[in-house]
Amino acid sequence: MNLPQNSSDAVPAPTVAIVDYGVGNLFSIRQACIRSGLQPLITSDPAAVTAAQGVVLPGVGAFGTAMEALHRSGLDAAVTDAVCRGVPTMGICLGFQLLMLESLEFGRHRGLGLIDGVVLPLRELVAVPSASEGAASRRTKVPRVGWGVVHPPSTGGVTASASRWEGTYMNGLVPGGAMYFVHSYGVRLANPATLLAVTPWAGGEYCSAVQIGRLFGCQFHPERSALQGLAIYRNFGDEVRSFAVTGDRQHIASPLQARAGVGGAS
Amino acid sequence: MTAIRIIPRLDIKGENLVKGIHLEGLRILGRPEVFAQYYYAQGADELLFMDAVASLYGRNSLLPIVERTARDLFIPLTVGGGLRSLQDFSDVLSAGADKVAVNTAAVERPALIAEAAERFGSSTIVVGIDAKRAGDGDWHVFTGNGRDKSSRRVLDWAQEAAQLGAGEILLTSVDQEGTGGGYDIALTRLIAAAVDIPVIACGGAGSAGDVERVLSEGQADAVTCAAMFHYAAVSILGSGVGEESTVGFRVLAERRDYGRVQPTGIPELKRALCAAGYSMRMIQDDHGAPLRPATEAAQ
Repeated sequence: MNLPQNSSDAVPAPTVAIVDYGVGNLFSIRQACIRSGLQPLITSDPAAVTAAQGVVLPGVGAFGTAMEALHRSGLDAAVTDAVCRGVPTMGICLGFQLLMLESLEFGRHRGLGLIDGVVLPLRELVAVPSASEGAASRRTKVPRVGWGVVHPPSTGGVTASASRWEGTYMNGLVPGGAMYFVHSYGVRLANPATLLAVTPWAGGEYCSAVQIGRLFGCQFHPERSALQGLAIYRNFGDEVRSFAVTGDRQHIASPLQARAGVGGAS
Repeated sequence: MTAIRIIPRLDIKGENLVKGIHLEGLRILGRPEVFAQYYYAQGADELLFMDAVASLYGRNSLLPIVERTARDLFIPLTVGGGLRSLQDFSDVLSAGADKVAVNTAAVERPALIAEAAERFGSSTIVVGIDAKRAGDGDWHVFTGNGRDKSSRRVLDWAQEAAQLGAGEILLTSVDQEGTGGGYDIALTRLIAAAVDIPVIACGGAGSAGDVERVLSEGQADAVTCAAMFHYAAVSILGSGVGEESTVGFRVLAERRDYGRVQPTGIPELKRALCAAGYSMRMIQDDHGAPLRPATEAAQ
């Protein structure tokens, strides 16, 4: 591998495929990638996703419709393959939910099965108290729209510190900072060890970020979360650049593969 | 309580940010992109762009403004004003908006809300409702930028819109808009208490006290303010307004003709609301924007 000898041999910015399956504000994700020194490519071509050094899976809208669109285009296989090859990948909002085993939104839908978790309506995920009579009570509104606190999960009653985020795409972020949420469904993980961040809401809390190897997923929109959100893109960018240079191939078994007894460390 | 949202509203005519002045028509204040960047830096939670005269001039200048603004904006942007079809929504979203606000077209054909929610996701669709007090103590829904009275009553329409798949309601008081005399508290509370989706109060903000009242008594989940922020911003952005000196800006700067509106900056407003106990995002240096008060866990 030829490394640059001087500044005039600058390594071209690695390509990040932003998966386009018809929904989501891809423009802002593209801008955030550019800000992080990446070369974004908005694409619905599975071959382009396969060739990219990083992948962003965005999304807004219905889970079932999205999975159908991903499957029709072959993008589901391309994204799954990239993740299992250890390509740095970010799933955002619905894109995060699509990484799960299944969703219970409007029936039961299979997801990409890359993370062992299930997607549920927010009012089920967090036991929201029903609005009682009286002037003092206010209805809890869904979709949840607005800024929410994000912090590392506490385990065994001990509040986790920022060190939980070291080495992840949330490295260097301030615990308790706010990110922008806009969603009606959320994720419940089977394995709390992969939980990277939680968010309080309506008297409870739920999963707002997960990282397994180079696969990251977040319920909030980092490209809509001002400087804190852009910091996630910067960390992602660093990881993509590192991956593009070293070509370090990880092999990650998805939960589906693990259950089938397929895959493992290469 | 859930974090509330402060959303500057920018009314756009052609290439300019404008403000309707009572009995005078529209005044040009400057370039929307400049104000948008300023409000983003000042800690706005979202931005709302309303195309003030879309039906007359088409949308040729709005999309480039959305694109130019969205390029350097990393908070949510909602765009509305004269949007009538799924193609209109798609154009605006592709240009960099996160949400679309639809008003008249939805009243005329409510199924549009369901179609848009299915295609773009419910959370992308904000239904704008302009309401004006009727003689019978109720409110009627108005269309055509608050000019034409429809046969709908506001409560029924708001509930129908929510059922059809609206993600949020942008509720504007036609009576209060442009007066600086405060929001229509009773209207806001009626709708906020009746639907399960967020309600954004719009029209009439003149002071931090007005905002506090519509959040508490009005039970709004978010507020938009226009004149209150713009009049404070022009005194800061004066030199950045643009090469052409705008009559409206000079008139405002010289005469300080704000009526009942008290020019208020976003940080000033947020500090006042924070002191009153509201939870919202506060800008703190470059490294994070914690919510204040510190946590929502107690609610």
